[in-house]
Order: sequence, then structure tokens, then C-alpha cells
Amino acid sequence: MTSVAPAVAAGITVDLVYLARLREAFGRSGESLTLPTAADATVADILAVLVARGGVYASELASGRAVRVAVNHEVVTATHRVQRGDEVALFPPVTGG
Amino acid sequence: MAVRVTCDDFDVGAEIAALRAGDARVGAVVTFLGTVRDLSEGRNVSALALEHYPGMTEKALAAIVDEARARFDIYDVLVIHRIGPLQPTDQIVLVAVTSSHRGDAFEACRFVMDYLKTRAPFWKKETTPTGAHWVDARDSDDAAAARWTR
Repeated sequence: MTSVAPAVAAGITVDLVYLARLREAFGRSGESLTLPTAADATVADILAVLVARGGVYASELASGRAVRVAVNHEVVTATHRVQRGDEVALFPPVTGG
Repeated sequence: MAVRVTCDDFDVGAEIAALRAGDARVGAVVTFLGTVRDLSEGRNVSALALEHYPGMTEKALAAIVDEARARFDIYDVLVIHRIGPLQPTDQIVLVAVTSSHRGDAFEACRFVMDYLKTRAPFWKKETTPTGAHWVDARDSDDAAAARWTR
């Protein structure tokens, strides 16, 4: 988990959802994540926090691995700004039909 | 318009009958039925499991149908997609479109399937002789969807 320095304002918390291959690799279907920065937090910041954990998070979310992100059920890009309480889903490219 | 994500099998004839029931404007019904193959990328498939993202999947399908209605001269669209465990020969997806004439019905049906393949959150996991593995997205599906934005 991330640690927040005492002087820093409380970060925003989002609800992460992991699907398909990512859910299996991480061994969980989601988690609550608090970002150290409250202002201007983006999807890229979330991914950076997860990658910094190393292990399967680093390998599954490494640049070059195809990962899609949806915020509140809408597909977004890495520069999308997240808000407190957003549902942020991470998943591989879709393969239905 | 109807979008259904379900574990249950469906009766194509009954679905078509319900879709066009009493609508005398309809002169064309085009359907696409997707079924589970026993061969994928050269591997024998003994079982298939479909996962979705509850909430987003239904919204994504509804958005695709809305887009089809805006692009084509059609009356109604039905999309049924199954989830959960499936086996070769099982029905997996149905798209049905009604229109006055076949042209727009064919086009709209193809459009909905091309977009469903690339935008609707479903994931397939195949069981093969080497074990169960997640299916990779195909470039050919992206190319098919890209046709509609040219």
C-alpha cells in the first residue's frame, strides 16, 4: 500500500476492479486504493502506484502489456483525471462475441 | 431495443418472432448467431468460459445499439450474449436487426457485431489440452471495427 507523508493532504480513494486475466494474476477482484496526491490524480498515477508494488502488478501492467481502463464504466486513456469514489476497472482487451 | 447478458441458452426462432411481432413495417430481419467452435488457433477447445463486467457490459452493448440506430435505417435491435461455462456447438451470441429493407439490416447487424467484438467487455477463457488460458484479442477484429470509422 502507499504511505502518505503527514504534511500531505489526504489523498483521494478510488475503487479498483480487476477483470479476467488481471483478476486471476492479482488474486483479487478489486481493492480500495488511496492515492497520495489529491489534486490532478490521473489513471496513469494509479497504474504507477500499482506497478511500484512489483511482482505480478509490475509484470501485468508493464508498458507493452495491453491494459484497458474504464472509469465509471466508460473507457478512458491514461491522462483521464479521477475523482474521489470513482470505480476504476483494469482489464485486458476484450474478446467476446 | 433489448440487450440481454445471460447464462441461459436462447431460442433464435422465438427471439425473432418476438422482435418483429406485430410490426408490419418490417420487411427484413437479419440475424447473426455466434457459436462455440472446437478449434481455436490450431488448438482443440473442450470448454469455454465467458466473463463480463456487470454494469459496464450492458451499458456498452446499449451504446453500440444506439450507434447502430443512428447510423442505419432500422427499426429494432436485439443483442443476447451468454456468459459462464459453454461447450463447443453452444450458442454464444445473437444479434438480430429489423428494417424495411435488407441493406440497412445487413449493415447494422455487421456493425453491431464488429463493435461488440472490440468494445463490449467480455473475455473468453478456453480449455485446451495444454490447460485453460485467456484468449488474446485479434488484430483482425480491430480492423473489422475500424472499417466503420473510415
